[in-house]
Amino acid sequence: MINKIVSNVQEACQGVKDGMTFMLGGFGLSGIPENSIAELVQLNIKDVTCISNNAGVDDFGLGLLLQKKQIKKMISSYVGENAEFERQMLSGELDVELIPQGTLAQRCQAAQSGIPAFYTPAGFGTEVAEGKEFREFHGKMHLLEKAFEADFAFVKAWKGDAAGNLIFKGSARNFNPNMCGAATITVAEVEELVPVGTLDPNQIHIPGIFVQRIFQGEKYEKRIEQLTVRTRE
Amino acid sequence: MALSKQQIAQRIAKEVKDGYYVNLGIGIPTLVANFVQKDLEVDFQSENGVLGMGPFPFEGEEDPDLINAGKQTITTLPGASFFDSAMSFSMIRGQHVDLTILGAMEVSQNGDIANWKIPGKMVKGMGGAMDLVASAENIIVAMMHTNRAGESKLLSKCSLPLTGVKCVKKIVSNLAVLEIVDGSFKLLERAPGVSIEEIKNATEGNLIIEGDIPEMKF
Repeated sequence: MINKIVSNVQEACQGVKDGMTFMLGGFGLSGIPENSIAELVQLNIKDVTCISNNAGVDDFGLGLLLQKKQIKKMISSYVGENAEFERQMLSGELDVELIPQGTLAQRCQAAQSGIPAFYTPAGFGTEVAEGKEFREFHGKMHLLEKAFEADFAFVKAWKGDAAGNLIFKGSARNFNPNMCGAATITVAEVEELVPVGTLDPNQIHIPGIFVQRIFQGEKYEKRIEQLTVRTRE
Repeated sequence: MALSKQQIAQRIAKEVKDGYYVNLGIGIPTLVANFVQKDLEVDFQSENGVLGMGPFPFEGEEDPDLINAGKQTITTLPGASFFDSAMSFSMIRGQHVDLTILGAMEVSQNGDIANWKIPGKMVKGMGGAMDLVASAENIIVAMMHTNRAGESKLLSKCSLPLTGVKCVKKIVSNLAVLEIVDGSFKLLERAPGVSIEEIKNATEGNLIIEGDIPEMKF
């Protein structure tokens, strides 16, 4: 077994530099790599490009990097929950590329899989199609979309082991598995780092081969964005 | 009387058939789940990675690791499954989802839809809407027939940036049920007490009216 364990988030983030491109898992605030984001804020690296479905909220998630103006460019599908984001975008401080959510997921998946590009119907006839190659298949137009190229992927899983095997929980899975192995270095933070051999190989979502560094995260806040409940009758 | 948002959802729920996998957008579409007949077997898909979505949790039972695409806390029903985002959109692009219901700012008579951007004003992003409209065979749009200024949102041509082209099949508005046929809005039903004249006045795009137009039934 190849041991992927690093002792803490500082070691996990070794090698991050100004101007790099990062992938960050999560949907809204669910399943975001909280520890890695906190460390990126701490390191105060600048001019980074972030590939992430959302941009956090003003004071949590990627919003923390936005507050310190560390992000040069965001590649996302939906950014509606962040006022600071909107301000930076409209003022031109922040470069933003909005792309369809399925295209975002597949561009991660393609990078993970060694597929340089693929065709998708999403976005044909819209702004998203501008400047892109297109082609007809089965009587329908499709756009050529390219795999992402990123330096680090920061993902968050529920359980993991020293081999880098990962299991996700609920809808916190989202983009995390697609980003594993989609960047030069994949850093996985887990809520629970368990001894090798205790995870059932049948139940593993992401095999350790896609992960370079793994550590047990601390103090997960797991903030809920839209608390919606029903009352007992 | 024009329909309320709840009534729009209630009318759309009648389009949901037994055995359907359904994706609901944010807003009025989310309400549709409340009105689907209880004896139908229907599974709701949420594009952030849930199939078999249930109602909101009871207070105190919410789980930050279990949300829908609107980031609301939810529950799952027996038989539910979780999956990653790429697989979620395999369900969508691969046309495994039977019905997509979403909101719109504008729809054109050839079935184009605009619902993600108002240049210079609202730039939130398209989320999964472009993938959904580009692939789904069966798309129903839930919308208000006119904007707050009373201007039609059913147009000959959309003025806002498009989400997809020639994709909308059916529209349920607060005034009418319409189908897109041969580059026109074909009037199928009108809201109870709403006259054909009212619908004509509220529709800027080409409107086809053939024979008697029945009132909607709930």
